[in-house]
Amino acid sequence: MEKRIYTISANEPAVPGVYRLVLTADGAPQQRSGQFVQVAIPGKYLRRPLSVSLSEPGRLTLLYKVAGEGTATLTTLREGSELELLTGLGHGFHVEACRKKALLIGGGIGVAPLHQLCRDLRAAGREVVALLGFNTARDVLLHQELSALGADVHIATLDGQAGIKGLVTDALGQVAPSFDYFYVCGPMPMMRALHPLLSGPGEYSLEERMGCGTGVCFGCTVQTTEGPQRICHEGPVFLKDQLPW
Amino acid sequence: MVRDTSVNLCGIRLQNPVIPASGTFGQGFEMARWYALDKLGAICLKGTTLEPRFGNPTPRIAECTGGLLNAVGLQNPGIDALVSKVAPHVRSLCRTPLIANISGFSVEEFGICCEKADACEEIDLVEVNISCPNVHKGGMSFGTDPAAAAAVTRAARKALRKKPLLVKLTPLVTDITAIARACEDEGADALTLINTLPGMRIDIRRRKPVLANRTGGFSGPALLPVALRLVNLAAAACKIPIVGCGGVASASDVIEMMMAGATAVQVGSANLRDPMACPGIIDALPALMEELGIEKLEDIIGII
Repeated sequence: MEKRIYTISANEPAVPGVYRLVLTADGAPQQRSGQFVQVAIPGKYLRRPLSVSLSEPGRLTLLYKVAGEGTATLTTLREGSELELLTGLGHGFHVEACRKKALLIGGGIGVAPLHQLCRDLRAAGREVVALLGFNTARDVLLHQELSALGADVHIATLDGQAGIKGLVTDALGQVAPSFDYFYVCGPMPMMRALHPLLSGPGEYSLEERMGCGTGVCFGCTVQTTEGPQRICHEGPVFLKDQLPW
Repeated sequence: MVRDTSVNLCGIRLQNPVIPASGTFGQGFEMARWYALDKLGAICLKGTTLEPRFGNPTPRIAECTGGLLNAVGLQNPGIDALVSKVAPHVRSLCRTPLIANISGFSVEEFGICCEKADACEEIDLVEVNISCPNVHKGGMSFGTDPAAAAAVTRAARKALRKKPLLVKLTPLVTDITAIARACEDEGADALTLINTLPGMRIDIRRRKPVLANRTGGFSGPALLPVALRLVNLAAAACKIPIVGCGGVASASDVIEMMMAGATAVQVGSANLRDPMACPGIIDALPALMEELGIEKLEDIIGII
């Protein structure tokens, strides 16, 4: 966890409404997969919590959806501009929890943190099968990246223009993958719909509007089986058994 | 020259006047991962009620120009957890004076919570938040009625046999001096001004309030001038010390608050924006004092 100035080395549309932001800072440590960053946006009071798609020493790749004024302002910042970040926030994915084969499920912009998770799982010698759901073929993110890491990637689109027609829940039924541990990140309705369909242990990365991102304001609380917990602080990743769904 | 940043708050010597405000500093220990808590003048702990509370549904936060709205709704583990677990844990990390912040929905609840806080050896001072609704009076805030504010202060004063009592006031009143004097007359040792200002924001696309609770408390730098005026009025009306709170984000804001009449200063929203806000302010104080020709920070309290 640290505060550091990063320099923008790329900030370009990846797919409609989603930007890929590459940031560099000499000497910056790598953060765990599933941790997030808080980005100071010029003219905005609070920072914006963004998913890290890939963290490498001295370099962060973020995927962000243009969701409001803050992220719209972020799209206007050009290469060479500086951004102040709080990095290494929250508790990320438990890579070591998977023994042999992992199932990764992502929906929309929620696929972002699965890139680094997939890299880390593959580096640990685990097999990976990924189900990624989007609205249309134009929205598909990370297909090549995860395939290049050796994952077995299945795409689902609502209109059926790419991959399986339907939701990731449909893809789960059709692919019927074997796995010993699952990791899910996406919109809350998607995760709740998946919950009863996923047997075995696993975890979910949750999202909520945040204030501080550092555990001090209690703005992003979720009810868990262990009582109220902060998504930014105890999460964003929660184990299946922690969620009273 | 060594600049003396220390202040005396109700007989307790603070090494500097900077106190993170209740509700903007986690349970008091989270920020220890960013800096040593011993750096702070004091720490105001999260607002605590008799029973544990989940708080409001989310979204609880909405950005505004010059600050934010929050409707956390007093999420807390209850007074028993505060005195048995939270306060001892914070104390194990620092020697900084700790201020418990108590909320109640009846005069009796304030009294019970203050009694428990008084018996907790890790807690040095108690601040009561009288901006919460009084369930016995149709939900009207204790803090907007001098008689209700006096009743809470009396109950808290009676329960606190050992520890100084601070009463935190809401800005949403016609005459702050009437409330301030009512609390002083019932034995408050200090007053904290101000709590957040009620507000709301609307999502024009969804045609709904941004906050699940509809309304929340506005805080942030936009509040500083409002807070300065009320601190100044209360300081002129009362003899007891004032703790200034509202929009403070820099060393110069601290100096302004103290010139307006504050003995110590709480920093709130700035902690949400930047975890290093408080140490940054504390580190900047001596150089600013030198520039302004201030040897001893206490010398400027209420000079205007």
